[in-house]
Amino acid sequence: MLISVKDLHKSFGELEVLKGMDIEIEKGNVIAIIGPSGSGKTTLLRCLNALEMPNRGSFHFHDGFDVSFNKNPSKNDILRLRRKSGMVFQSYNLFPHKTALENVMEGPVIVQKKEKGQVRELAESLLQKVGLGEKMHLYPHQLSGGQQQRVGIARALAIEPELMLFDEPTSALDPELVGEVLRVIKELANEGWTMAIVTHELKFAEEVADHVLFIDGGHIVEQGPPSEILKNPKEARTMQFLDRMLNPS
Amino acid sequence: MFHNNILLSSAGREFNWELFQSSLMPMILGAIQYTIPLTLFSFAIGMVIALLTALARLSTSKILAGIARVYVSAVRGTPLLVQLFIIFYGLPDLGIVIDPFPSAIIAFSLNVGAYASEIIRASILSVPKGQWEAGFAIGMTQRQALSRIILPQATRVSIPPLSNTFISLVKDTSLASLILVTELFRKAQEMAAREFAFLQLYITAAIIYWIISFLLSLIQGRIENRLERYVAK
Repeated sequence: MLISVKDLHKSFGELEVLKGMDIEIEKGNVIAIIGPSGSGKTTLLRCLNALEMPNRGSFHFHDGFDVSFNKNPSKNDILRLRRKSGMVFQSYNLFPHKTALENVMEGPVIVQKKEKGQVRELAESLLQKVGLGEKMHLYPHQLSGGQQQRVGIARALAIEPELMLFDEPTSALDPELVGEVLRVIKELANEGWTMAIVTHELKFAEEVADHVLFIDGGHIVEQGPPSEILKNPKEARTMQFLDRMLNPS
Repeated sequence: MFHNNILLSSAGREFNWELFQSSLMPMILGAIQYTIPLTLFSFAIGMVIALLTALARLSTSKILAGIARVYVSAVRGTPLLVQLFIIFYGLPDLGIVIDPFPSAIIAFSLNVGAYASEIIRASILSVPKGQWEAGFAIGMTQRQALSRIILPQATRVSIPPLSNTFISLVKDTSLASLILVTELFRKAQEMAAREFAFLQLYITAAIIYWIISFLLSLIQGRIENRLERYVAK
């Protein structure tokens, strides 16, 4: 067990988005989080690295690190929690004033205070891994959406997180660019990275996920292996959702 | 008699080349000794005040934000000349006597600080929230995200309006002549009173201000070009 989250709650003002979720992520597993829009899946993911502060809930990590949101957690705990995970955003959020290489180097150099020469090697190899060895000196605006997202993945990997979080990583991409990003994510899954992925790509979820969470109305409605959740769901709401996703018209 | 009249007044009306030559040097010296240092020091100090004020206004502390808000409101709501007079002619009533030049620096810094803080605040707010989040997601502290990610992007946005503030400041330093700083315009006033050549000397002064402002706007253009390199054209 890499991380176990208990009783996660999150409200925005009056609106309660997460109504008490328990989640466990095994080391090396890929979790796909699916559900209708507005179900709270992105909020759930963002709570996992405290980009959204949960109103309640406790995190327990395998190495003994615990952080509880039932009282205000310390700044240090928040930083420590964030440094355990890498995040890939729907809209990439690359630093526009830095080249691809500088984007990837920023975390290890500034946050982890690693030696620059060493980090440069790591960053170059990560960019090569995502197929951008030739483009590392370009600025984000000189790259396509798919390339930017791959830089985003390399940037998240560079801090060597224990957990990779993907927030609808292909939703902002033109259809013909989706494949190159999904291929990289699949490769990471094969390498044994622990990942949580919010996605609308059901076929992709079926291929890479070890575990699927179906979320609706702020609750985990159903979870299990993809063969179960995506092929033989038990809950009516899951069936309805899958039916709508597979037959959009 | 009629003829005489024209002769008398023509002293002030015709362009006097000799006077131009002899007046140019003192005015340029006034600019180099006072106008330009006054501008540079006040702007540098003002920018520090502006950044701190902008951060105070953006902070979650109600007290800090409140102090910053009152400061900006007071400075923007009162004439610069009045502020200058309070510092130089007013404070001695409390036993605080400050020389003309430092008085001018204090007044101009506070003035620039207030105006520029609003520019900086708006520039910081113009950087998308996702940039903060991307910084936090790689483990940055608030301070690291601000200095490494947000401020560099905010700087690019703020250069054109800050340049306006800077050029305004160059011109505003002429007010220091009223608290006895012998800067460019004070020199022009002294010579004009001596030579009865008001139009010529004030126009000469105006042209020197214009040239300084023009050179500054050229520099502004170069800075903007440098900072544009990472933006899609």
